[in-house]
Amino acid sequence: MSTGAADATAAPRRLTVAGSLKRNRRWALVLSYVFLIIFAIFFLIPPYYMLVTSVKSNAEVAHMAHNPWIIADGVTFEHFWTLLTQTDFPIYLRNTVIVTLCVVVITMVVSVLAAYALARMKFWGSGVLATGIFLTYLIPESLLFIPLFQIVREVGLLNSYWAMVLVYPTLTVPFCTWIMIGYFASIPKELDEAALIDGAGHLQMLFRIFIPVAMPGIIAATIFAFTVSWADFIYPMAFLYSADQQMLTAGTVTTLIRGDVYQWGMLMSGALLAAAPPLVIYALLMDYYIAGLTAGATKG
Amino acid sequence: MDDTLRSPALGTVTATVRPTRRRRSRLSRLFRRRSTVALLMCLPLILIVLGLIIYPAFYSMYLATLNKAQTKFIGLGNFTFLFSRDLFWMVVEQTAIFAISAVFFKALIGLITAHLVHNLPSKGQRKWRGMLLVPWVIPLSLSTLGWWWLFDPTHSAFNWVLHGLGFGEVPWLSEPNWARFSVILVNVWYGAPFFLIMYLAALKSVPEQLYEAAAIDGANAWQKFVHITLPMMRSIIAITVLFSLIVTFANFDIVQILTAGGPRNTTHVFATYAFQLGIRSGDIPLGAAASLVMFPILGIAAIFILRGVRKRGREIG
Repeated sequence: MSTGAADATAAPRRLTVAGSLKRNRRWALVLSYVFLIIFAIFFLIPPYYMLVTSVKSNAEVAHMAHNPWIIADGVTFEHFWTLLTQTDFPIYLRNTVIVTLCVVVITMVVSVLAAYALARMKFWGSGVLATGIFLTYLIPESLLFIPLFQIVREVGLLNSYWAMVLVYPTLTVPFCTWIMIGYFASIPKELDEAALIDGAGHLQMLFRIFIPVAMPGIIAATIFAFTVSWADFIYPMAFLYSADQQMLTAGTVTTLIRGDVYQWGMLMSGALLAAAPPLVIYALLMDYYIAGLTAGATKG
Repeated sequence: MDDTLRSPALGTVTATVRPTRRRRSRLSRLFRRRSTVALLMCLPLILIVLGLIIYPAFYSMYLATLNKAQTKFIGLGNFTFLFSRDLFWMVVEQTAIFAISAVFFKALIGLITAHLVHNLPSKGQRKWRGMLLVPWVIPLSLSTLGWWWLFDPTHSAFNWVLHGLGFGEVPWLSEPNWARFSVILVNVWYGAPFFLIMYLAALKSVPEQLYEAAAIDGANAWQKFVHITLPMMRSIIAITVLFSLIVTFANFDIVQILTAGGPRNTTHVFATYAFQLGIRSGDIPLGAAASLVMFPILGIAAIFILRGVRKRGREIG
């Protein structure tokens, strides 16, 4: 498909008339838009359908003759209301907020300190350590959840959301350290030499110079830590089983489904509400989000 | 954006492996103190990595050598048991099909959409990029729930459309081959935007002069793509594909939510199979063994990624 658009731009090579060149450019652009719209539809179908379902009445969802893609019988927010008043959803939300806040704070403290040391204070083994951190980032959680299950059980945190505070940093810390090493390393050496001459200590230098200058990196790493700990699924699935300890992701998927009839309207409103915080952060801080994403040639 | 792509990611390995400069003895005390401080600052990180990543990885190997009650050492018994089962080899095959085809289509769609967005006038690019990245931003387990609803056997909205167009209904999740297709489709949907972002950043870092020079030499768009764009993007494509292979290979959410391995275990991948054995059936050692089978494959991918990252670090300097 890219070649289709490309051919259109290639044609003018033979035609030297300026007008046709312009026309071909316009055709390439039109083709680009056509294909982009097709891809955008593919990418946006599930969120759109979730949104449509979440504001339909149960009767309309069950009624199969209607066009499922549109809202025919009017918009209702009853599912959101039921979800927030008659289910365990608010408990999941509270647990997730607590865990995410703890994980973000732990991650940022640990990774900023370590990244500063690794980027600026060369010491024995620092190179090996930096590479090693990058490698541990490649160990997937589906390899670690079974031994971690055993470890969590041994320390008595099985079925407690504090277990998430313990294990989520394994997902966030290596990558955030990696991002921060990069940002710190890009700060000119002259800056810390000047600070050293002025008699600044290392911690002063970190807080007065490095953190303010690397603020975009800090924001990107914080967003990463937030989205990862908000979205993780396998650890709560494996380690948590009672409703009062569950996280949003696993809670929405497992416990809201119980019953003979699937409450699709409520399920979709739950999924949308649970997905809202990362979406809002993305909408507000898109550039930082993308900077963090591209910073490390990340996961996909 | 290309600045952030260049500097943090790729400059660092080379930057940090440079040997420590020798200092004059006058400064050696300061240096010693400095390295102690540095080590202290790294200590929390080292503890997390050692205690919660490295130790569990080795602990998993130990666990895999025990019997179900974890009372007796049985050597490679769990592995020989796994290797003797047809289901295990089906999981191997399905994981390979799942990972390779999903990554291929993610990379392809990513490349196409990145080019399309790159073609647009620059003021519209931001809007499109923002819209196309949405699948990546929604937590995967929740968007998969939306897909599950789209695939629902009685209410499937896709089937409604197919029905309207005069086609038969598709058993999205209940027939093995359709179920395999569906889990791959969801993975492609989720991961393609990531490739789009990476490739778009890479495209923007290709110097415009190269294309101008090629245009003077009379190259057409396809020749420009093959002889300029692809070589310039080669290392970023390689790194992204390898990363994605690892993550897709180890994916859990999609299969667990859509099919939980069914119908008749035909869609199980390593992660869901290990979950089934280790957590659901309570045979932790067997589950550990099943997940450890991933290790050598991931190790090989990791070596290639590390080489790629270092090489790219050198190229950029």
